[in-house]
Amino acid sequence: MINVEVNGLKYEADGGEMLLTLLRRIGINVPTVCNIDGLPPTGSCRMCVVEVEGQRNLVPSCAFPVFEGMKVNTNSHRAVDARKAIVELLLANHPEDCFYCERNGSCQLQELSESLGVRSRRYVGQKNEHPVDLSGASIVRDPAKCILCGKCVRVCEEIQGVSCIDFIGRGSHATVGTAFGEGLNISSCVNCGQCVTICPTGALIGQSHVDRVLNAIEDPELHVVVQHAPSVSISIGDDFGIPVGDDLMGVMHAAMRRLGFDAVFDTSFSADLTIMEEATELVHRVKTGGVLPMFTSCSPGWIKFVETFYPEFIPNLSSCKSPQQMLGAVIKTFYAERAGIDPHKVFSVSVMPCTAKKFEAGRPEMGRDGYSDVDAVLTTRELAQLIRMHGIDLRSLQPEPADTPFGVRSTAGKIFGASGGVMEAALRSAYYFLTGTELKAVRVEAVRGLNGIKEAHIDINGLNVGVAVANGLGNAKKLLEMIKSGEKTDLHFIEVMTCPGGCVGGGGQPYGTNRDRVLTRIQSLYSIDANESLRVSHKNPEILQLYKDYLGEPNGEKSHHLLHTYYHERETLI
Amino acid sequence: MSTAQENSIASGVREILADYQGAGRDALIPILQEIQTRQGFLSREAVVEVGKFLHLPASKIFGVATFYNQFRFTPQGKFHIQVCRGTACHVKGSAAILEAMKRELKVAPGETTRDGLFSLEVVACIGACGLAPVINVNGNFHANLTTQAVPRILDTYRKQK
Repeated sequence: MINVEVNGLKYEADGGEMLLTLLRRIGINVPTVCNIDGLPPTGSCRMCVVEVEGQRNLVPSCAFPVFEGMKVNTNSHRAVDARKAIVELLLANHPEDCFYCERNGSCQLQELSESLGVRSRRYVGQKNEHPVDLSGASIVRDPAKCILCGKCVRVCEEIQGVSCIDFIGRGSHATVGTAFGEGLNISSCVNCGQCVTICPTGALIGQSHVDRVLNAIEDPELHVVVQHAPSVSISIGDDFGIPVGDDLMGVMHAAMRRLGFDAVFDTSFSADLTIMEEATELVHRVKTGGVLPMFTSCSPGWIKFVETFYPEFIPNLSSCKSPQQMLGAVIKTFYAERAGIDPHKVFSVSVMPCTAKKFEAGRPEMGRDGYSDVDAVLTTRELAQLIRMHGIDLRSLQPEPADTPFGVRSTAGKIFGASGGVMEAALRSAYYFLTGTELKAVRVEAVRGLNGIKEAHIDINGLNVGVAVANGLGNAKKLLEMIKSGEKTDLHFIEVMTCPGGCVGGGGQPYGTNRDRVLTRIQSLYSIDANESLRVSHKNPEILQLYKDYLGEPNGEKSHHLLHTYYHERETLI
Repeated sequence: MSTAQENSIASGVREILADYQGAGRDALIPILQEIQTRQGFLSREAVVEVGKFLHLPASKIFGVATFYNQFRFTPQGKFHIQVCRGTACHVKGSAAILEAMKRELKVAPGETTRDGLFSLEVVACIGACGLAPVINVNGNFHANLTTQAVPRILDTYRKQK
């Protein structure tokens, strides 16, 4: 233990920890711009400077270790003035177009400018002028709004292992961009959107589908249906001041109907469908000596990652479409047929915690007869915006159920939103398919939680099934390298979620998503699982009905056409 | 660029890389320098090849290469024009010379005209301050320039093609 004095009060600190960690713990929120929780500090933004007795210059608290007898002043005029000057300098070349910016109201630069009392433009620099990159299916880059904090570059490289963007140029000409200034559409970007959620300004935002959806709702010719992913109902409350992790499923259904959607479906239903197909595929691969380990295919960022960086593993990817695309496919076929609507007149919207789902919905193989299975993808943030736009007060709505025939879900489908959830759900059903009995310990504790790579071994009928779960593509990369080098040979099934924590930490989730919120949302999903009785996909009555009425059997011919897909190597060089 | 050109660039790069077997990322800048010396510029194909060789993403290589003034990303023109923007030349009006060049050639520094005849580069000081403002075209110095002289000089090179 080390004794440190902060602002005249005495505290105990751990030897070796950074000053910022101590300050956060004792409730002093020194502002930071470049700091990323869980990664080593860069100390480049200087926003967290404080005064330390004996030090001639102000020190960045994020990169300054505590020492015995340290005396710190976080609020001296000098320190606060320095922070204010940094903000004023950042504003010198920033476009003054807050009204028209997606981050209006959620911008960190606005927040700092307000809290530090910046009330005039003190430095007038040349305004940044850069073309906006609208080419990406999921992400829009507006480098004029970039303050060069570098967090997007670090997340892309250090968390996701993609490195699609970096600092380009030098000094006042520096920007963040791709090699040769190419558009994101032809780059190695996997559309995960982690850069969007970490960007302090509006330099990186999602491609909005809000207008498409509004136009479709307005069009009397169209039958507009909506589906919502498992982790949307427990995170949308964030944007309305509702406690983090509260499940708003029923209320959200009500809000969606008030927005004008003609039918409301639950993607957790098709998560159950995915499990039926994927567990069957796994059982088939194990029994017939197919390619193992099999990888999950629900996370579109991961799919593009494999196609781009590890094409040799494409045969390992499950051929199952993701739940979004499975539901999209049965909406435009089974549902449209039964309701007597021309599938071309059905406009299918999904609400996802994910930006990569926008890319996935646009993949050419995701449709038939000239229509797409999913026509528009809203992120959790965009749904929240629609709700605000229409003045719907979530607190005054009564919960409503989703519509049949895709409205009932098991909790196995719901926990898809957490890293390890797909694995757990698949194990519950694969065990049943292989043994004919239910898995006794329904909770597969070893695959839960926030560790980057999780592993478990489960005995099924004498077969020791090895499973692993990775979240964050950087961790997936480590796992792939271990398999490639022959270090890991005992695995049958691997779940990968592109985003840290799984979909609950997705790139389409409300701004301000951090590790704590991700954890709370995960707990929320598991408590839903613990408190309901329908906990396995293969007992979902609507799933069984769908197979009876339409699909036949899992991995059957109809399923093969509608619910399975293929992948291809991408020669993405930039 | 045609596929044949791309292939010849890539094979040229592989020849250079053959001398760097086992090299790590610290060899990046020497490799880029050698490619530029032999090929005149850093092409996409070259950056991609180097990336595969050193296990570095293309964005990182491009980031490093754009940090330094010495690297260019378009082939040099038949006539490579260096406009000196050193202190002495600046005092004697080199900013206007550069503007005149950009206007006449319709390219920005670092770029090459569409006909491949001229490429434009800004240099900090070429050590000929007595001749300010000065430009260097393929080793030939043009001293005490005025903006009016710029079109005339360019014309003399156009005639040489």
